[in-house]
Amino acid sequence: MNLSQSFKLAVKSLLTSKMRSLLTMLGIIIGVAAVIIITSLGNGMQNYMNDQFEEMGSNLVQAQVYLTGSSLDVKADDMYALVEKYPQYLSGVTPYNTVQGVVRQGSDEFKRSSVYGVGETFYNVDKNTIMTGSSLGKGRFLSYVDVEREMAVCVIGSYLEQKAFGGDALGKTLTISGAPFTVVGVLEKSGDNSEGSSDDCIYIPYTQANRLGGSQWYILYMFTSTDRSTAATAKGIVENRLFKAYHDTDYYVVLTSAEMMDAMDSMVNLLMAILTLIAAISLLVGGIGIMNIMLVSVTERTREIGIRKSLGAKGRDIRSQFIIEAGTTSAIGGTMGIILGIIMANVITSVIALVLGTGNDGFVAVPTFQGIAVAFGVSVAIGVAFGYLPANKAAKLNPIDALRYD
Amino acid sequence: MEHLIEFKDIYKIYQMGEETVHALDGVSLAIDPGEFVAIVGQSGSGKSTAMNIIGCLDVPTSGTYHLGGVDVSTMEDDQQAEIRNKMLGFIFQQYNLIPKLNVQENVELPLLYAGVSAEERHERAIRSLERVGLADKRKNLPSQLSGGQQQRVSIARALAGNPSVILADEPTGALDSRTGREVLAFLQKLNAEGDTVVLITHDNSIAVKAKRIIRLQDGRIIYDGDSQDPQAVVQPQEEAVPDDGFAQLLGEEAKA
Repeated sequence: MNLSQSFKLAVKSLLTSKMRSLLTMLGIIIGVAAVIIITSLGNGMQNYMNDQFEEMGSNLVQAQVYLTGSSLDVKADDMYALVEKYPQYLSGVTPYNTVQGVVRQGSDEFKRSSVYGVGETFYNVDKNTIMTGSSLGKGRFLSYVDVEREMAVCVIGSYLEQKAFGGDALGKTLTISGAPFTVVGVLEKSGDNSEGSSDDCIYIPYTQANRLGGSQWYILYMFTSTDRSTAATAKGIVENRLFKAYHDTDYYVVLTSAEMMDAMDSMVNLLMAILTLIAAISLLVGGIGIMNIMLVSVTERTREIGIRKSLGAKGRDIRSQFIIEAGTTSAIGGTMGIILGIIMANVITSVIALVLGTGNDGFVAVPTFQGIAVAFGVSVAIGVAFGYLPANKAAKLNPIDALRYD
Repeated sequence: MEHLIEFKDIYKIYQMGEETVHALDGVSLAIDPGEFVAIVGQSGSGKSTAMNIIGCLDVPTSGTYHLGGVDVSTMEDDQQAEIRNKMLGFIFQQYNLIPKLNVQENVELPLLYAGVSAEERHERAIRSLERVGLADKRKNLPSQLSGGQQQRVSIARALAGNPSVILADEPTGALDSRTGREVLAFLQKLNAEGDTVVLITHDNSIAVKAKRIIRLQDGRIIYDGDSQDPQAVVQPQEEAVPDDGFAQLLGEEAKA
């Protein structure tokens, strides 16, 4: 008995009892769909986070220094000196402080605007971008002179330009915690140009920020390594310098984007593995459902088995017939599960886009080819494995008893 | 000349709880190619056991059975399956067609297990159906046919594999007498065309349609010869009373 014949027979016997077949497959359908959804979400999450990191620059090295204001303190100048000393590893550094303060323009108040204090190296002249990825649209970025002389100038995001200045901000003034700042540059739109987004931001010289921000309990230095591959060495250089200053590793943390990306990736992977395992339990349950229905089917078709045996079917012919039937059942269930899973992943993508308001360039749950292949393979394997016991039972039936069975 | 079917001192002994049942109790017989033999007996005579052993569905407890010169009495299940496939064509009382396969697919089954190519299967199945006059019904399901037609399909299925022996187990049992006669006439025709037919029945009126009758009782052959001999249809009643508790009880009552 050849394979295609058994396969046709299996499909035929599935079609004769559609409702029962569907219920049998349900466990597999749900299990496979769950695996697809989870792997899609995981994949989407990873892509999303990687995109976010890429935007910030994958060769970023951040040093957070907690012990500020003491005599041991490192100064921004020390960090600049470090970059000058190791140009093959470090290509730039800037302090990066968050400022708490109310932003006003005329009578308008912008509560959700983020204010950062940075140095002139926060802006890469060659690429025309700042470290967080946005590019400069109009005017200029903060200069060395602005920083050195603590000039009251700022660069703002496109949202603020629209809202506070009606699209023409250059040369105009806004206040941060009451202090006036003149707009010298405007960034291109990078987010969705809404309140609180990455377009609702203000960059001022860090020297000014030090003056404004009182509640700062740490200082952040953002270094850029010359390349993603030199990030690890660059991290070592910064750490060494900080250890020389503090003699204690508790006072600072140095992180690289590459490391954070890897850490995030492995965390997401672990999470996905655990969730997939849980989803796989429903595949197991589906397999048991198939075994159950196959056992019933063998009993119901005892006479058929007897007839086939009397006509010369060997044990293995009967066994393969039932195994193929179980495998086909789970394969069809698996295919339906894959389709359901892909549909669900798309639905979840739209729901998340709707809830977060990120639009199409936000989170996208993408089904992975591996996820689909594994889910399909596992579902067929489960059908075959759980079909084996009933199939073997059928193969071992005594033809005389089977023929007499009604 | 070598016999087609040869039983040598066949015993089939079942253990039913405490009791030992001799379903076949030292049976020896020989059937040659081209014969039409009826194996007759009442229920419990051992005819079904004989048919199971002839049909390679069962093996004897002792003794040897040669089918076409091959000793099949000690074969494994799968070897038996192959013998059934190549040498035997079964016709059952209940037709035993597979309900969800159409007529042609049913007839093709033995060829499928023989590993015959699809093309040849179709060809042989149609030829076989033509022999029983049902080629036009080949796409029908068994449930769409009458009992007589279904039995003819099962005959076609038995013929498709080109077997050495056609083994018919009460082939008319589920049919009305007219259809039953037709089926018997068809078996006679097959025999006339050279096929070897072994018919198992409890009914003398059917058995006499064969050329030779083998009568079994309590697992032994009590008659083996021409079906036209008046002795052939005698079912000896006195010997039929088994020597069990009832007989004893009756005897004791009679004495008292």
